Amino acid sequence: MLSFALTVLLDGISYGMILFLISVGLTVTMGLMRVVNLAHGSFAMIGGYVAGYITQRGGNFYVAALAAALAAALLGALAEVTIYRPLYRKGELSQVLLTIGIVFVMTGTITEIFGAFPYPVVFPDYLTKPIDIGFREYPGYRLFLIAVGAVVAAALWFLVENSIYGARLRAAVDNARMARAVGMDVSVLFMGTFVVGSALAGFGGALGAGILSLEPSYALKYIVLFLVVVAVGGEGSFQGSFVAAMALGIIDTVGKYFAPQAAAYLLYAAVFLLLLWRPKGLLPPKSVA
Amino acid sequence: MPAASDLPTSAARAPHWTSRLALLGHALPWVIAIVYYFTADYYLSFGTQVMIWILFAMSLDLALGYAGILTLGHAAFFGVGAYGAGLFAIYVSPDPLLGHLAAIGLCAVLGVVTGAMVLHTTGVTLLMLTLAIVSVISEYANQANDLTGGDNGLQGMKLAPIFGRFEFNLFGQTAYVYTLIVLFIWFLIAWRIVHSPFGRSLDGIRQNPRRMRAIGTPVWWRLLAIYTISGAMAGSAGALSAHSTSFVGLSVLNLLTSGIVTVVLILGGVRRIYGAFIGATIYFVVQDYTAKISPFFWEFVVGGMLIATVLFLEGGLMDIGNVVRRLLRRRHGEEGR
Repeated sequence: MLSFALTVLLDGISYGMILFLISVGLTVTMGLMRVVNLAHGSFAMIGGYVAGYITQRGGNFYVAALAAALAAALLGALAEVTIYRPLYRKGELSQVLLTIGIVFVMTGTITEIFGAFPYPVVFPDYLTKPIDIGFREYPGYRLFLIAVGAVVAAALWFLVENSIYGARLRAAVDNARMARAVGMDVSVLFMGTFVVGSALAGFGGALGAGILSLEPSYALKYIVLFLVVVAVGGEGSFQGSFVAAMALGIIDTVGKYFAPQAAAYLLYAAVFLLLLWRPKGLLPPKSVA
Repeated sequence: MPAASDLPTSAARAPHWTSRLALLGHALPWVIAIVYYFTADYYLSFGTQVMIWILFAMSLDLALGYAGILTLGHAAFFGVGAYGAGLFAIYVSPDPLLGHLAAIGLCAVLGVVTGAMVLHTTGVTLLMLTLAIVSVISEYANQANDLTGGDNGLQGMKLAPIFGRFEFNLFGQTAYVYTLIVLFIWFLIAWRIVHSPFGRSLDGIRQNPRRMRAIGTPVWWRLLAIYTISGAMAGSAGALSAHSTSFVGLSVLNLLTSGIVTVVLILGGVRRIYGAFIGATIYFVVQDYTAKISPFFWEFVVGGMLIATVLFLEGGLMDIGNVVRRLLRRRHGEEGR
């Protein structure tokens, strides 16, 4: 019984780690610039396809994952400068429309190039094998996800809480106008954050391909999940997105084990109740609290 | 965004001769629709489809355009209306009018329930919740295979003739006229709403909900009311779609459906009651052509249209006159200097 509970917990945490990796960039950029970015999932998708393309041709998996992050970062930088910048001053509606337009364009392009079928990333052998973890054998891939997710989360936490960059970021999220007034270049800060966020999304898309399978509809299919993490965690909240991603990963996994038919309803019911209780999310930053 | 105050009432305030011209303008879409009926031959069902989407986009305009409710969940109403009308025809009564009313009622109830759940939020959270509602309903429709036919879609509707006289036939004449009449009724309702004090208060809520609350407007109730009306209207469009094709596919509950109706609305112009007419017509003509090239290319085009409209044509096609005028004036100004 205990070992079963632990298995469910590990499954939930590994799933949550992927949600966190992909969504953290989204939550911070939304908190910083108040831009409703529905195209974030496309960056994860691009990363996944890059990794898939490289590994299917025998390339090293780690190189492929880094290439995925790099590709998503480059694309993110390009998109930030060309498309997103004129968007900040426009209303939410324009932002929603334009970014969902980007999703459709990406979906069409990916279908045209790679076809409509699922596109696998080839993981190294030792990751696909089960590993003995004391009380049972457990997929190495999931343990790998937990380890990588934990390392990235710790690094980000250190960056946000203890570096000058993090201090600036938190200040700008809490009050962008005041941050500008004391001489910070918020748009450069934002661009940096956007690029890092895109890179993490691409990285997450590549690593998580074993859970969130790659197909052209990826960006549209999973955007609800990523938005759930943002809304539940609280826009702009780094810790909030971690807590939310873990909670959602575990709730969804528990649902899939015990009531596979009702899993989707369970997840959304939990989200509804949570947002009724705290409409601004679990750990909103000061600016919106 | 163009200032809202100069949009809907400008015709009413205009001088005499332009108001006569405006009257001609008002008659134009309906005249075209009637002429189309006599000239379209095999393309009649295309016209029916366009009118259904005009209605759908008009419903979205009430919620998204006028009241500023940031939703991508209108596919839920369209889908529930379509499935509701289809299931009613199969299990309850083949009478299309009864089924249509039932679908509208069902969607109104859905509007009240979901509206009560989501309208206390704004921004991304609201957007996410409306998306979640579509996901949940679509998941249910997929799982309830016995009821909805799942992936195969809902088939086997047998519709009785309207008023016991006008049968739904192969060429779609009945469906066309039926849709046109329903669209006209909803158009009058929407027109009335937009020009009523209630409609004006929605305008205010969109622009500044806090100030509206301060002057005593029951903001939440107003939003719930328009969300429900808009949902019922979208459900009506769904019911028309089910009746005119005798088929409901799972794709009506797809996010792409929400996306398309938004494109149609934006393309024509938000908060222009005739925007939906132009948007739907242009959109489906373009779709008809590009889908012949490649079904994937079409998705590409939808996205491209959205991006281009937001970046270059914010008021939609209804606004193109103003855009051209502004460009001309700018050129003129430069020459003057």
